[in-house]
Amino acid sequence: MTDKKTDIYDVACPLPISDYPVVTLAHGGGGRLMHQLIETVIGRAFAGMAPGEQHDSAVLEPPAGQRLALTSDSFVVRPAFFPGGSIGHLAVNGTVNDLAMSGAVPRWLTCSLILEEGLPMADLWRVLQDMRTAAEAAHVAIVTGDTKVVDKGKGDGIYINTAGVGFVPAGRVVAPSRVAAGDAILVNGDLGRHGMAIMAVREGLSFESAIETDCAPLTAAVEALFAAGVDVHCLRDLTRGGLSSCLNEIAWAGKLALEVRERAVPVREDVKAACEILGFDPLYVANEGRFAAFVPESQAERALAALRQMPGFEQAALIGTVKGPDPRGKVHLTSKVGVARVLDMISGEQLPRIC
Amino acid sequence: MKYMDEYRDEEGVAKLAEAIQRAVTRPWVVMEVCGGQTHAIVKFGLDELLPKQITLVHGPGCPVCVTPVEMIDKAVQIAARPGVVFCSFGDMLRVPGSRGDLFGAKAAGADLRVVYSPLDCLKIAAENPAKQVVFFGVGFETTAPANAMAVHLAREKGLKNFSLLVSHVLVPPAIDAILSSPRNRVQGFLAAGHVCAVMGTEEYHPLAAKWKVPIVVTGFEPMDILEGVLMTVRQLEEGRGECENQYARAVRRGGNLGAQALMRKVFKVVDRKWRGVGEIPMSGYGLADEYAAFDADKIYGLSGYTAAEDAECISGDVMRGNAKPLDCQAFGTRCTPEKPLGAPMVSSEGACAAYYRYRRQEA
Repeated sequence: MTDKKTDIYDVACPLPISDYPVVTLAHGGGGRLMHQLIETVIGRAFAGMAPGEQHDSAVLEPPAGQRLALTSDSFVVRPAFFPGGSIGHLAVNGTVNDLAMSGAVPRWLTCSLILEEGLPMADLWRVLQDMRTAAEAAHVAIVTGDTKVVDKGKGDGIYINTAGVGFVPAGRVVAPSRVAAGDAILVNGDLGRHGMAIMAVREGLSFESAIETDCAPLTAAVEALFAAGVDVHCLRDLTRGGLSSCLNEIAWAGKLALEVRERAVPVREDVKAACEILGFDPLYVANEGRFAAFVPESQAERALAALRQMPGFEQAALIGTVKGPDPRGKVHLTSKVGVARVLDMISGEQLPRIC
Repeated sequence: MKYMDEYRDEEGVAKLAEAIQRAVTRPWVVMEVCGGQTHAIVKFGLDELLPKQITLVHGPGCPVCVTPVEMIDKAVQIAARPGVVFCSFGDMLRVPGSRGDLFGAKAAGADLRVVYSPLDCLKIAAENPAKQVVFFGVGFETTAPANAMAVHLAREKGLKNFSLLVSHVLVPPAIDAILSSPRNRVQGFLAAGHVCAVMGTEEYHPLAAKWKVPIVVTGFEPMDILEGVLMTVRQLEEGRGECENQYARAVRRGGNLGAQALMRKVFKVVDRKWRGVGEIPMSGYGLADEYAAFDADKIYGLSGYTAAEDAECISGDVMRGNAKPLDCQAFGTRCTPEKPLGAPMVSSEGACAAYYRYRRQEA
């Protein structure tokens, strides 16, 4: 692993900062070292993305006649590198996906870094490269940012905040208020991989094959739905709290009863096994490249077909329906043995159980 | 998943439910002892498949739930000490003591680590010779062997900075205590399959004979539980009171003899206080005298400490089968998983938490 990091660093960044193998407080001090860091490391990673000249803010030209979507998200994942991705991928895709869930086409991102003194420069470079790769894959540009360095022990290596701007094409309304009785509930793939990938590295658990994060940009999948002529009522990504939080939020917001069939929810065998070992429920585990789509029942098949032709989303599935109004806003789950129960939102976080 | 999906088969479940329906002629009260079973019953909705005559009540078999308040307080006090690395299973962190929980201790700066095995603590101890590493050894006969192994290995390796805060409890004395109560209404038991995988079934034969009560050692998957209920109901209907083994794929009559030998060496049977229930004689493990040097209770001078439970919490009645979570005035209002009054609301295996998560609309 160390060798690999050195390789990337040597090949892609043979720069004066090699005098500084780690981030120091001076890199955040506003002086020459900070400028060197910004220009030779951060600037190089995001080269060519920001239009116009370098200034205190990016000045951008919005497309005419479209509504602007704005979001912000902070990323503090530990560890920063995990099977299938890093905090860099998350920082881009997390914000891109929040925009995509509003029906917006993501366009620009900011990147604010909070670095802990002592962070290996090679790690920083790797994270920035991952951000660049993710940004290119999601067709967004990182156009401005900020860097702060905090004392050793005051951070966890690296924290990233990204804000994102996207544009909603005219006539498109994707919102919880549009969810209606009769809507089909779809997911774009198998659930629980990201959360279990993180748990496995964090807790030093090894399985026969590594579970990799599902982290991915969702813009293309969302656009595929619209391109197929689906009248998408609502979209919601299945991040913290997993499927259960997403569905409960929608149920509460619209005072609706939702019904989900547990057997229809795709979960990979290795994820199921890891969940069983830790006493977790995949329906509560976080994902970073999964969303629920609420579409008219008559368009469910078309929507599924559109999703399934996207690489990585072949497991897209119809998992339930919106039954009708319910003042208490409830999600009902038909368990694997055919009995209905309430699918509640988790309180706090899932804790590995004793036995 | 093998050994799991075949026991969650919808058709198999339906067939067992029908068989129970045919077997029942009168009302019966059956207790599932283990919290894992409670969780499966509520999660899969198994009780809704049972005929009305059968009442399932939830037993004391959740280690998080029965660990007494003063043990949580002790854990919090030890964790707060400088130089201590306090290790615990994850779901103990949110259990309220009389003065806060371990999450609070962590927020206040304690070095608190979630581990999956007590053996991980030995590694932490070896890597941090200047620190004192303490493991919160809770649970039934299921978690006891690994804890015994950790203490045994610590001594073999000469580790001086590892200790165990022990609050182990045993199933058979709890069943005996439930049956001894004049208010008891439990007529048959599903015994905890995993406990018996370690301990075998020998202890349960005399217990079944003494009280003329069916005790069926039962697994944790939907079909296991329903088959356990069916075997219990058949005994009740036929007037038998025997120990039977539904979970034969995991449980041998003699149990795991190696684990038992190690537990006998490291632990001794002691009187133990159960949260919500009170003290039950000879119902738990403490460290044997030979291993006193690894006893956190003694090392930190906390042996005499006691604390009172919240007066409003009826967890004792819930765990003895005298009340259901929904009978509690505080359920879902003054007592929620976010702010629990008693431990059964904390653990995912606690009866109150299971009801809160899956049954709240009935309240």
